[in-house]
Amino acid sequence: MYQFNVYRIGPEIKIGEIDLSFTNASLFMVISSLAILIIFNLGAQKRNIIPDKIQLLSELSYTFVSKMISDTAGSKAKPYFSFIFSLFMFVLFCNMFGMIPYSFTVTSHIIVTFVLAAFIFIGVTIIGFIKHGFGYLKLFVPSGVPAVLLPLIVVIEIISYLSRPISLSVRLFANMMAGHTMMKVFGGFVVSLGIVGGWLPLSFSVALTGLEILVAFLQAYVFAILTCIYLNDALNLHH
Amino acid sequence: MKKIILLNIFYFSFCTVAVKSAEKGGMPQLDPEFWVSQIFWLTITFGTLFLVLSKFILPRISKNLEQRRLQILENIETAEKQREQSEKNLKEFDEIILKSKNKAKEVMLAAREKVVSEITKKKMKLDEDLNSEIQNVEKEIIELKLSSPKKINSIASNITNEVIKRLIGTDVNDSSVSALVEEELKKLSRSTNGI
Repeated sequence: MYQFNVYRIGPEIKIGEIDLSFTNASLFMVISSLAILIIFNLGAQKRNIIPDKIQLLSELSYTFVSKMISDTAGSKAKPYFSFIFSLFMFVLFCNMFGMIPYSFTVTSHIIVTFVLAAFIFIGVTIIGFIKHGFGYLKLFVPSGVPAVLLPLIVVIEIISYLSRPISLSVRLFANMMAGHTMMKVFGGFVVSLGIVGGWLPLSFSVALTGLEILVAFLQAYVFAILTCIYLNDALNLHH
Repeated sequence: MKKIILLNIFYFSFCTVAVKSAEKGGMPQLDPEFWVSQIFWLTITFGTLFLVLSKFILPRISKNLEQRRLQILENIETAEKQREQSEKNLKEFDEIILKSKNKAKEVMLAAREKVVSEITKKKMKLDEDLNSEIQNVEKEIIELKLSSPKKINSIASNITNEVIKRLIGTDVNDSSVSALVEEELKKLSRSTNGI
C-alpha cells in the first residue's frame, strides 16, 4: 500500500489549524493539468486546414467529448461542455500518469474522486432546481407506477439519487486502487519467485498493464458519461 | 468567472469542515491527514485547468473546427459550381459536335449527288455516242456488204481477163468473161454454203 501514501513535498503550509502542504498528490495534479494545458494549447495554436498530429489529437478529443455530450444530454448541455471536457481530461490524465511506475495516482484516493463526484452531484441538483423549480422533485416520481407502489418507489428513487456521488466516486477510486494493488501483488510475486518461477506472474503483469491502461481510459470515460447522464436528468426532465 | 471562484471557495470550506470531523482509518486513502491538502490542491488545479481550457483553449479549437467546416463547405460549393459549368460546357461541346457532324453529312450527300448526277450524265452521253458510232459503223458494214459482190465480180473478171490474156495472148470479150466468172462464183458460193 506504499504507493498510495501521501507525503509532504517541501515545507509545511498551515493556515490556522488547516494543513495545506504541497504533497506528491498535489504534484501529480499539477503535472496532469499542465500536461493537458500544454498539449491542448499546442493543438489549438495551429490552424491548418489539414491538421498535423497534435492538432488532430486535440480536435479529435474535442469532437469526441462534444459528441458524447450531445448524444447523452442533448443540445441543452452545450454550456457545460468545457466543464465536462476538463473533467474527462483531468481524470484521464491522472489515471494515465498513474500508470507510470513510481508515480502517484491521484484518482486512487477516495477523497479526490468524492470531491469531484460531490461537486457534480451538487451542481447537477442546483441546475435541476434552477431549470425546473420544485418540479425537479418529479424526478423521484416515475410516471406509470401504480399508486400503491408509489411511496416505496419514491423512497428508492431518493436513495438512488443520493447515492449517486458515492457510486460515482467509489467506482473510479476502487477501479484505480484495485488495479494498482493487483499490479503491485503480481510484481511482488515476480520478485519472490525469482528467475525460475517469476516468468508467469511477469507475463500476467505485462497483460495487466495493458488492461489497466484500458481501465484508465474507460473509467475516465464512464466518469464523464455518467456526469452527462446526471446532467441530462437535470436538463431534460421527462420520465 | 467570479461566480465560479466564489463557488469554489464556498465548496472548499464546506468540504474542509466535513473532513475535519472524519476519523483516521487503515488504508492511506482513509487517513484524513492530507485530505484537506488534497481537496485544496484539487480545487486549485482543477479550477485553473477548467478556467484556462474554457476561456482560452476550447474556444480556439471550436473556432478552428468551425473554420474548417466552413472552408470545406465553401470548397464543396465551388466544386459543385465548377462541375455544373463543366457539364454545361460538355453539353455545348456535344451540341457543336453533333451540328458539325450533321453538316458534314449534308455536305457529303450533296457532293455525292452531284458526282452521281455528273457520272450518269456522262454515261448517258457516252452511251449515245457509242450508239451513234455503232449505227454508223453498221450502216457502213451493210453498205460494204451490199457493194462487195459487185466489186468482187468486177475484180474477178478483170483478173480472169488478165489471166486469159497472158495465157492465150488475145483479148476476150469482157461480157462473156464476166458471165463466166459470175457462174463460177455462184457455184463456189453454193459449194461453200453446202459446207
